[in-house]
Amino acid sequence: MKKTLSLTVAAGLMATTALAEDRSLTIASWGGSYQEAQSKALFEPAAANTGINVMQETYGGIADVRLQVNTGQVTLDIVVSGSGSAARAAAEGLLEPLDYDVIDVSDFIPGLYTEHCVGGDVFSTVYAWNTDTYGEDGPQSWADFWDVEKFPGTRSYRGAVAGALEPALMADGVPMEEVYDVLSSEEGIERALDKIRELRPHISVFWSSGAQHAQLMRDGEVDMSTGWNGRFDNARADGGAVMHSFNQALLDYDCFAVPKGAPNKELAMEFLNEISKPEYQDDLPKYITYGPTNALAYETGTITPEVAAILPSSPENAALQLPIDLDWYGEWETIAAEMYQDMLTE
Amino acid sequence: MAVTSIDTGMAERSNARGLRSDERLERWRLFGLSSPALLIVLVILLIPTGWLFFVSFIGADGSYSLENYERMITRRSYARIFQTTFQVSLLTTGLCILIGYPLAYFMSQLPTRWANLCLITVLLPFWTSLLVRTYAWLVLLQRQGLVNEWGMTLGLWQEPLRLVHNMNGTLIGMVHIMLPFLILPVYGGMRAIDRDYLKAAANLGASPARAFWTVFFPLSTPGLFAGALMVFILCLGFFVTPAILGGGRVILVSMQIVSNIELFVNWGAASALGVVLLVLTMMVLWIASRFVRLEQMTGGGAR
Repeated sequence: MKKTLSLTVAAGLMATTALAEDRSLTIASWGGSYQEAQSKALFEPAAANTGINVMQETYGGIADVRLQVNTGQVTLDIVVSGSGSAARAAAEGLLEPLDYDVIDVSDFIPGLYTEHCVGGDVFSTVYAWNTDTYGEDGPQSWADFWDVEKFPGTRSYRGAVAGALEPALMADGVPMEEVYDVLSSEEGIERALDKIRELRPHISVFWSSGAQHAQLMRDGEVDMSTGWNGRFDNARADGGAVMHSFNQALLDYDCFAVPKGAPNKELAMEFLNEISKPEYQDDLPKYITYGPTNALAYETGTITPEVAAILPSSPENAALQLPIDLDWYGEWETIAAEMYQDMLTE
Repeated sequence: MAVTSIDTGMAERSNARGLRSDERLERWRLFGLSSPALLIVLVILLIPTGWLFFVSFIGADGSYSLENYERMITRRSYARIFQTTFQVSLLTTGLCILIGYPLAYFMSQLPTRWANLCLITVLLPFWTSLLVRTYAWLVLLQRQGLVNEWGMTLGLWQEPLRLVHNMNGTLIGMVHIMLPFLILPVYGGMRAIDRDYLKAAANLGASPARAFWTVFFPLSTPGLFAGALMVFILCLGFFVTPAILGGGRVILVSMQIVSNIELFVNWGAASALGVVLLVLTMMVLWIASRFVRLEQMTGGGAR
């Protein structure tokens, strides 16, 4: 009896998989010029080549995944996430482990994939300056960003803790490779916060979104700002007097994850393997200045040396930067965020 | 005679019975009519609010805990955020009264046709998207914005003034958005005041100023309190304008709720903030009710 029952269930399952053989997938990303770039470089060509019918959605981030997983109504097969949020979502059990027997990451830049999330593009948290105020040779380090004698003017700084403490420590003289060691204690975090307090009288805006820091720089509202390289490039292309440097920048990446209980899990792995190939990734910089995660994408010839020079993950630029330490964020982010909030409201 | 009186007595009694049953029926009918509204209030207000209370007592690990409330006590930022929220709300309400009351008074003294025209100008911005208006202020007030450029070209000030990305900008934006909420009830209240009272006051020898302060102003207070309270309570939960014009330096409870959801990935942490805000708002209403008769406000008019 039991056997027949399980057989029927198995047959039923097979029937549903057979029905799902129309091979379709739902991908959620963040919309805007970012998703458009992904769509043109990765999703559409990969869908055409694999015959997978890809449906795209825009979503608000991991909170949506949590809602779907907790209510058991998972409709998304692949989601785009920041590396840090993905790490926290994975710790919470919201993501399927990725099948690296299917997804080939052998040529990836080291550190740009984890058990639950495979890197899709690389971006940097950089400092940018107004070229009308400081000329083309603006600040060349975080210490310069803090130096209000040498570079008088207003600053804008991040209003959330992610990517905000590392620059402060580097400005305080901590070598790049020791930053996360120092930050791994409340005293270390406090040291970084004290450094930000020092600059605080000159920080006129604590920004909360990429669109905001791009606008602040383009309109000359502040003379210097931290922010994401792609946004500053767009502000410059839009006629803003904006320059940025990769020296001491923070190297971070966005990645693709599969929500727990995704309806087309196997197909998702197959598709992730496809879009991780260099022949798709090398097209991404045509639409947005975020770098590929697959190192081979730099060798296909599509990315010219001029383009590579402005991409965060090109070998020359990557060597100048501090890669974000996800383990640190997993362990310390909530504590650091509370302390950061205390500093902000003082 | 006696027979008729008994007859009328019986008739009265049966009438009374009929009236009573009619009344009961009427009440049920009214209840039936209002039940969809009551049901809606129950479904979209009471249950979610109850749920909010419940969720706020659930910790990060999914069990009952007070950690969401403890955090608010141990971390200094929360007290400061609540303080800023009430400060911004009070200042916005005060500025709205200062600007809105004279305008409403001016409008109430105009002939209806002109007053309606004025009312349209008050309402017009009300129909434009809040986001658009907020960004417009950003463009106007920023360092190289229109206001600063004109001010400096006209020689009114030399250095660009810091008009936005701080408390100034937040207040300017919020007052602009909240003003109609104050003007409408105040104007409505003023329109309902019988002009004869003022004539009577003048007739009894009161100067215009005295007639205003002893007769007109007290009669207009219910509308004023209604408007002020509405503005104040709307301000407490405001998000968009302070987020855009505050430059990350004016942090209100609503913004903290958002960042708590993003950070703790836990509805409880955010719900607890909502609960505290709700309780504080209730307390403000309770204190207000000591001084003002709240039921007057719903009465509209000045009577």
